[in-house]
Amino acid sequence: MEIALDLLSWALLLVGGFFAIAGGIGVVRLPDFYTRLHASGVTDTGAAYFILAGLMIQGGLSIITVKLVLIGFFMFFSNPTSTYSLAAAAHRSGMAPLDGAGGPNKPEPVEKSLAEPIEPIEPTPTKPGGAPPSQP
Amino acid sequence: MMTSQHLILRVVSKILIPLILLFALYVQFHGESGPGGGFQAGVIFAAAFILYALVFGPENTRRVAPEWALSTLMATGILLYLGTGAASFLFGANFLEYGVLGADFVAGQLLGIFLVELGVGITVAAVMITIYLAFAERQG
Repeated sequence: MEIALDLLSWALLLVGGFFAIAGGIGVVRLPDFYTRLHASGVTDTGAAYFILAGLMIQGGLSIITVKLVLIGFFMFFSNPTSTYSLAAAAHRSGMAPLDGAGGPNKPEPVEKSLAEPIEPIEPTPTKPGGAPPSQP
Repeated sequence: MMTSQHLILRVVSKILIPLILLFALYVQFHGESGPGGGFQAGVIFAAAFILYALVFGPENTRRVAPEWALSTLMATGILLYLGTGAASFLFGANFLEYGVLGADFVAGQLLGIFLVELGVGITVAAVMITIYLAFAERQG
Protein backbone atom coordinates (compact mmCIF):
# COMPACT_ATOMS: atom_id res chain seq x y z
CA MET A 1 0.00 0.00 0.00
CA GLU A 2 2.78 2.36 0.95
CA ILE A 3 4.74 1.39 -2.16
CA ALA A 4 1.70 1.87 -4.39
CA LEU A 5 1.04 5.35 -3.02
CA ASP A 6 4.70 6.26 -3.44
CA LEU A 7 4.67 5.02 -7.01
CA LEU A 8 1.51 6.95 -7.83
CA SER A 9 2.89 10.07 -6.17
CA TRP A 10 6.19 9.90 -8.01
CA ALA A 11 4.45 9.21 -11.31
CA LEU A 12 2.38 12.38 -10.81
CA LEU A 13 5.46 14.38 -9.84
CA LEU A 14 7.37 13.17 -12.90
CA VAL A 15 4.47 13.99 -15.23
CA GLY A 16 4.29 17.45 -13.67
CA GLY A 17 8.04 17.87 -14.10
CA PHE A 18 7.76 16.82 -17.74
CA PHE A 19 5.07 19.44 -18.35
CA ALA A 20 7.17 22.08 -16.64
CA ILE A 21 10.21 21.27 -18.79
CA ALA A 22 8.08 21.15 -21.95
CA GLY A 23 6.55 24.52 -21.05
CA GLY A 24 9.97 26.01 -20.44
CA ILE A 25 11.29 24.76 -23.79
CA GLY A 26 8.12 26.04 -25.46
CA VAL A 27 8.51 29.54 -24.02
CA VAL A 28 12.03 29.72 -25.49
CA ARG A 29 11.47 27.97 -28.83
CA LEU A 30 7.98 28.94 -30.04
CA PRO A 31 7.83 31.73 -32.61
CA ASP A 32 5.50 34.46 -31.34
CA PHE A 33 3.78 35.83 -28.25
CA TYR A 34 0.55 33.83 -28.39
CA THR A 35 2.20 30.46 -28.89
CA ARG A 36 4.64 31.22 -26.08
CA LEU A 37 1.69 32.14 -23.89
CA HIS A 38 0.19 28.76 -24.72
CA ALA A 39 3.41 27.04 -23.61
CA SER A 40 3.57 28.96 -20.35
CA GLY A 41 -0.10 28.13 -19.77
CA VAL A 42 0.83 24.45 -19.80
CA THR A 43 3.35 25.14 -17.04
CA ASP A 44 0.83 27.13 -15.06
CA THR A 45 -1.96 24.57 -15.11
CA GLY A 46 -0.81 21.06 -16.08
CA ALA A 47 2.55 21.02 -14.36
CA ALA A 48 1.35 22.81 -11.23
CA TYR A 49 -1.67 20.57 -10.68
CA PHE A 50 0.23 17.31 -11.27
CA ILE A 51 2.99 18.38 -8.88
CA LEU A 52 0.43 19.48 -6.29
CA ALA A 53 -1.41 16.16 -6.59
CA GLY A 54 1.82 14.23 -6.14
CA LEU A 55 2.73 16.28 -3.09
CA MET A 56 -0.76 15.79 -1.64
CA ILE A 57 -0.30 12.01 -1.79
CA GLN A 58 3.05 12.41 -0.06
CA GLY A 59 1.47 14.60 2.58
CA GLY A 60 -1.37 12.23 3.41
CA LEU A 61 -4.35 13.32 5.46
CA SER A 62 -2.76 16.24 7.27
CA ILE A 63 -2.63 20.01 7.46
CA ILE A 64 -0.06 19.96 4.65
CA THR A 65 -2.63 18.57 2.22
CA VAL A 66 -5.16 21.20 3.30
CA LYS A 67 -2.63 23.92 2.56
CA LEU A 68 -1.83 22.33 -0.81
CA VAL A 69 -5.54 22.28 -1.66
CA LEU A 70 -5.72 25.99 -0.84
CA ILE A 71 -2.68 26.68 -3.04
CA GLY A 72 -4.37 24.72 -5.84
CA PHE A 73 -7.55 26.74 -5.38
CA PHE A 74 -5.56 29.96 -5.63
CA MET A 75 -3.72 28.81 -8.75
CA PHE A 76 -6.97 27.61 -10.32
CA PHE A 77 -8.16 31.22 -10.34
CA SER A 78 -4.99 33.27 -10.67
CA ASN A 79 -3.04 31.49 -13.42
CA PRO A 80 -5.73 31.33 -16.13
CA THR A 81 -6.64 34.92 -15.28
CA SER A 82 -3.09 36.15 -15.77
CA THR A 83 -2.79 34.24 -19.05
CA TYR A 84 -6.12 35.62 -20.24
CA SER A 85 -5.14 39.13 -19.21
CA LEU A 86 -1.83 38.99 -21.10
CA ALA A 87 -3.49 37.61 -24.24
CA ALA A 88 -6.32 40.15 -24.10
CA ALA A 89 -3.88 43.03 -23.62
CA ALA A 90 -1.78 41.86 -26.59
CA HIS A 91 -4.85 41.42 -28.78
CA ARG A 92 -6.27 44.80 -27.78
CA SER A 93 -3.04 46.60 -28.56
CA GLY A 94 -3.10 45.19 -32.09
CA MET A 95 -0.64 42.30 -32.00
CA ALA A 96 -1.57 39.88 -34.78
CA PRO A 97 -1.07 36.14 -34.33
CA LEU A 98 0.99 34.23 -36.87
CA ASP A 99 -0.70 32.34 -39.68
CA GLY A 100 0.39 28.91 -40.90
CA ALA A 101 3.14 30.28 -43.11
CA GLY A 102 4.79 32.13 -40.25
CA GLY A 103 3.70 35.62 -41.25
CA PRO A 104 1.32 37.86 -39.31
CA ASN A 105 -2.32 36.89 -39.76
CA LYS A 106 -3.58 40.43 -40.21
CA PRO A 107 -1.18 42.86 -41.88
CA GLU A 108 -2.08 45.63 -39.46
CA PRO A 109 0.43 48.37 -38.72
CA VAL A 110 1.06 48.36 -35.01
CA GLU A 111 1.75 52.09 -34.80
CA LYS A 112 -1.69 52.91 -36.19
CA SER A 113 -3.55 50.61 -33.83
CA LEU A 114 -1.58 51.92 -30.87
CA ALA A 115 -2.36 55.51 -31.83
CA GLU A 116 -6.09 54.83 -31.94
CA PRO A 117 -8.13 55.06 -28.78
CA ILE A 118 -8.65 51.67 -27.19
CA GLU A 119 -12.14 50.38 -27.79
CA PRO A 120 -13.85 47.78 -25.63
CA ILE A 121 -14.01 44.29 -27.10
CA GLU A 122 -17.64 43.85 -26.15
CA PRO A 123 -20.14 46.64 -26.68
CA THR A 124 -21.35 48.33 -23.54
CA PRO A 125 -24.66 46.79 -22.45
CA THR A 126 -27.29 49.46 -22.57
CA LYS A 127 -29.82 49.87 -19.83
CA PRO A 128 -33.39 48.99 -20.81
CA GLY A 129 -35.10 52.17 -21.88
CA GLY A 130 -31.82 54.01 -22.23
CA ALA A 131 -30.63 55.53 -25.45
CA PRO A 132 -28.65 53.15 -27.70
CA PRO A 133 -24.96 54.00 -27.95
CA SER A 134 -24.22 56.26 -30.87
CA GLN A 135 -22.42 54.43 -33.62
CA PRO A 136 -19.82 56.51 -35.48
CA MET B 1 -11.79 53.55 -15.71
CA MET B 2 -13.71 51.79 -18.45
CA THR B 3 -16.01 49.56 -16.49
CA SER B 4 -17.27 47.64 -19.49
CA GLN B 5 -13.88 45.98 -19.89
CA HIS B 6 -11.93 43.59 -17.71
CA LEU B 7 -14.96 41.57 -16.64
CA ILE B 8 -12.90 38.47 -15.88
CA LEU B 9 -10.24 40.47 -14.07
CA ARG B 10 -12.83 42.23 -11.94
CA VAL B 11 -14.65 39.04 -10.96
CA VAL B 12 -11.49 37.06 -10.20
CA SER B 13 -9.89 39.87 -8.23
CA LYS B 14 -13.06 40.21 -6.16
CA ILE B 15 -12.74 36.51 -5.33
CA LEU B 16 -9.03 36.67 -4.59
CA ILE B 17 -8.60 39.94 -2.69
CA PRO B 18 -10.27 38.70 0.55
CA LEU B 19 -8.18 35.53 0.39
CA ILE B 20 -4.99 37.56 -0.05
CA LEU B 21 -5.90 39.70 2.97
CA LEU B 22 -6.64 36.56 4.99
CA PHE B 23 -3.34 35.01 3.96
CA ALA B 24 -1.53 38.19 4.97
CA LEU B 25 -3.08 37.96 8.44
CA TYR B 26 -2.06 34.27 8.63
CA VAL B 27 1.52 35.13 7.74
CA GLN B 28 1.42 37.98 10.27
CA PHE B 29 0.17 36.03 13.26
CA HIS B 30 1.90 32.76 12.42
CA GLY B 31 5.23 34.49 11.98
CA GLU B 32 6.63 33.57 15.41
CA SER B 33 6.30 29.82 14.85
CA GLY B 34 6.58 29.43 11.07
CA PRO B 35 7.75 31.09 7.91
CA GLY B 36 6.58 34.66 7.72
CA GLY B 37 6.60 37.75 9.85
CA GLY B 38 5.67 41.37 9.86
CA PHE B 39 7.46 42.50 6.72
CA GLN B 40 6.17 39.68 4.53
CA ALA B 41 2.64 40.05 5.88
CA GLY B 42 2.71 43.79 5.25
CA VAL B 43 3.83 43.28 1.66
CA ILE B 44 1.12 40.67 1.03
CA PHE B 45 -1.50 42.92 2.61
CA ALA B 46 -0.37 45.78 0.38
CA ALA B 47 -0.41 43.46 -2.65
CA ALA B 48 -4.16 43.03 -2.19
CA PHE B 49 -4.63 46.81 -2.30
CA ILE B 50 -2.30 47.11 -5.30
CA LEU B 51 -4.28 44.44 -7.14
CA TYR B 52 -7.44 46.39 -6.39
CA ALA B 53 -5.81 49.59 -7.65
CA LEU B 54 -4.63 47.87 -10.83
CA VAL B 55 -8.10 46.58 -11.69
CA PHE B 56 -10.39 49.31 -10.33
CA GLY B 57 -8.13 52.34 -10.55
CA PRO B 58 -6.29 54.47 -7.99
CA GLU B 59 -9.29 56.77 -7.48
CA ASN B 60 -11.39 53.95 -6.05
CA THR B 61 -8.47 52.74 -3.95
CA ARG B 62 -8.14 56.20 -2.41
CA ARG B 63 -11.68 55.82 -1.07
CA VAL B 64 -10.61 52.94 1.19
CA ALA B 65 -7.00 54.06 1.70
CA PRO B 66 -6.98 57.85 1.89
CA GLU B 67 -3.81 59.84 2.37
CA TRP B 68 -4.42 60.69 6.02
CA ALA B 69 -5.17 57.08 6.97
CA LEU B 70 -1.99 55.76 5.34
CA SER B 71 0.16 58.45 6.97
CA THR B 72 -1.41 57.71 10.34
CA LEU B 73 -0.87 53.96 9.94
CA MET B 74 2.78 54.45 8.99
CA ALA B 75 3.40 56.45 12.14
CA THR B 76 1.29 54.05 14.25
CA GLY B 77 3.39 51.05 13.26
CA ILE B 78 6.65 52.78 14.10
CA LEU B 79 5.19 54.01 17.39
CA LEU B 80 4.08 50.47 18.27
CA TYR B 81 7.59 49.18 17.61
CA LEU B 82 9.32 51.96 19.54
CA GLY B 83 6.73 51.84 22.31
CA THR B 84 7.33 48.12 22.81
CA GLY B 85 11.02 48.79 22.99
CA ALA B 86 10.64 51.74 25.34
CA ALA B 87 8.18 49.87 27.59
CA SER B 88 11.08 47.62 28.57
CA PHE B 89 12.72 50.67 30.20
CA LEU B 90 9.84 50.87 32.69
CA PHE B 91 10.71 47.39 33.97
CA GLY B 92 14.40 48.15 34.21
CA ALA B 93 15.49 46.28 31.11
CA ASN B 94 17.28 47.41 27.97
CA PHE B 95 15.65 48.63 24.78
CA LEU B 96 13.54 45.87 23.14
CA GLU B 97 14.35 43.41 25.95
CA TYR B 98 10.66 42.57 26.07
CA GLY B 99 10.97 39.36 28.09
CA VAL B 100 10.13 41.45 31.15
CA LEU B 101 6.77 42.62 29.79
CA GLY B 102 4.74 39.49 30.58
CA ALA B 103 4.03 37.52 33.74
CA ASP B 104 7.05 35.31 33.03
CA PHE B 105 9.85 35.41 30.49
CA VAL B 106 8.13 33.28 27.79
CA ALA B 107 4.87 35.22 28.00
CA GLY B 108 6.82 38.46 27.76
CA GLN B 109 8.72 37.23 24.72
CA LEU B 110 5.48 36.20 23.00
CA LEU B 111 3.79 39.52 23.73
CA GLY B 112 6.83 41.53 22.72
CA ILE B 113 7.45 39.77 19.40
CA PHE B 114 3.72 39.96 18.62
CA LEU B 115 3.64 43.74 19.12
CA VAL B 116 6.89 44.34 17.27
CA GLU B 117 5.81 42.27 14.27
CA LEU B 118 2.42 43.98 14.27
CA GLY B 119 4.11 47.36 14.14
CA VAL B 120 6.38 46.26 11.30
CA GLY B 121 3.42 44.82 9.38
CA ILE B 122 1.28 47.95 9.71
CA THR B 123 4.10 50.25 8.63
CA VAL B 124 5.21 48.10 5.70
CA ALA B 125 1.67 47.73 4.37
CA ALA B 126 0.99 51.46 4.58
CA VAL B 127 4.33 52.38 2.98
CA MET B 128 3.89 49.89 0.14
CA ILE B 129 0.39 51.15 -0.68
CA THR B 130 1.63 54.75 -0.51
CA ILE B 131 4.56 54.07 -2.87
CA TYR B 132 2.33 52.33 -5.40
CA LEU B 133 -0.36 55.01 -5.31
CA ALA B 134 2.24 57.76 -5.57
CA PHE B 135 3.43 56.28 -8.85
CA ALA B 136 -0.04 55.40 -10.11
CA GLU B 137 -1.47 58.85 -9.47
CA ARG B 138 1.43 60.75 -11.01
CA GLN B 139 0.20 63.09 -13.72
CA GLY B 140 2.00 63.58 -17.00
